Amino acid sequence: MTGVGKVARISSKILLSDRLGAWKARWTIGRMTYTVPPGLYALGHPTPDDPVLVTANYKMSFDIVRSAMVGRNAWLLVLETFGINVWCAAGKGTFGTEELVRRIGATGLAKVVNHRRLLLPILGAPGVAAYEVARRTGFSISYATIRANDLPEYLANGMVATPAMRQLTFTLLERLVLVPVELVLALKSTALIALCLFVLGTLLSGPSAGIMASIAYLGAILAGTVLGPLLLPWLPGSSFSIKGVVVGLIWSTALYLLAGGSDWSMPVTFAAFLALPAVSAFYTLNFTGATPFTSRSGVKKEMRIAIPAMGSALVVSFLLVLAGRFL
Amino acid sequence: MKEFRYLKNATTLEFRPKGCAGCGRCVEVCPHQVFELVGKRVRVVDRDACMECGACARNCPLAVIKVDAGVGCAAGLIAEWFRERNVKGLSGACCS
Repeated sequence: MTGVGKVARISSKILLSDRLGAWKARWTIGRMTYTVPPGLYALGHPTPDDPVLVTANYKMSFDIVRSAMVGRNAWLLVLETFGINVWCAAGKGTFGTEELVRRIGATGLAKVVNHRRLLLPILGAPGVAAYEVARRTGFSISYATIRANDLPEYLANGMVATPAMRQLTFTLLERLVLVPVELVLALKSTALIALCLFVLGTLLSGPSAGIMASIAYLGAILAGTVLGPLLLPWLPGSSFSIKGVVVGLIWSTALYLLAGGSDWSMPVTFAAFLALPAVSAFYTLNFTGATPFTSRSGVKKEMRIAIPAMGSALVVSFLLVLAGRFL
Repeated sequence: MKEFRYLKNATTLEFRPKGCAGCGRCVEVCPHQVFELVGKRVRVVDRDACMECGACARNCPLAVIKVDAGVGCAAGLIAEWFRERNVKGLSGACCS
């Protein structure tokens, strides 16, 4: 029992069903409805002196926070972000000042805890004006750490973040878990275009050409959505489209060597080395949305050159193939 | 985040040191260590690392930081481009 009656109690244990739910969300299955009810939760057996952690109501965010706090007691204030993670919800403003102020009031938090301090994830800061929350509710905000995993150490450190806790990372594993979403989102248009290429290739020079055109295209998609993100730090340049061109060239070269490219006509060879890197570049450029370091102005700047260049490459390749067939 | 650098000279970040009281909130919220606090003075030390998330501007009580905040996402920008031209069907962002 607390100053506001009963508060739902949760544990930091992650069950098989939680793991399965997270895996499904990574593959976009039920991703937009993977939520927990917003409100106040007692993690373990907290007293009124224990810290208050604020998070989003995307169940994966909620699970990451509670599992990070194994063996500790804390209050968890979950905001209504409509199933979106802290970082993206902060960008939209749903993990924001208004919702936080409203949720502090609705849960009666001031009657549950003795102190007046909230611990927020650093990546929630784009949505929350700490000085405004303090003025309106009396609760002062500390932006604690970037990763929930660092919370126990942060608490043990007297609620002081070390430089490492403020440092963003984007490791191979952190990039790998984002690949399924990229793949699934590309699936619909990819299937349609691969089919069109098959039909077109078959009409121009028979079914084997049709199959080859589809395979070439599918490989370029995989290079752009899987290879590009995974090799990101090692690909040359700072522009994502250039990085995408490089993985696309790797794929065109591999295809040329494996599928008997020496038998291809000159126009088809040129078209393959022009169009496939353009397709890969588009999909690697798309990965900017999943990274934690690309700016809006930067992506805009890059797209102004990259999108027309990709379009031109595709048109020229198409004309080359046509010309090679009929001239 | 030293192994990842995006384009140079692209950010819209503006900091007006004159009105700054040196509370250090911007240093606390920036995930890319763009700012540094020495004594009571804030300096921009790594402008090109800025990803325009807007956390600093949102949390500056004296409003001396300005940035055209938004998400650096190609798919989102393409959707926005179609939305501005009222093309339906192609204007939905992946994380709407």
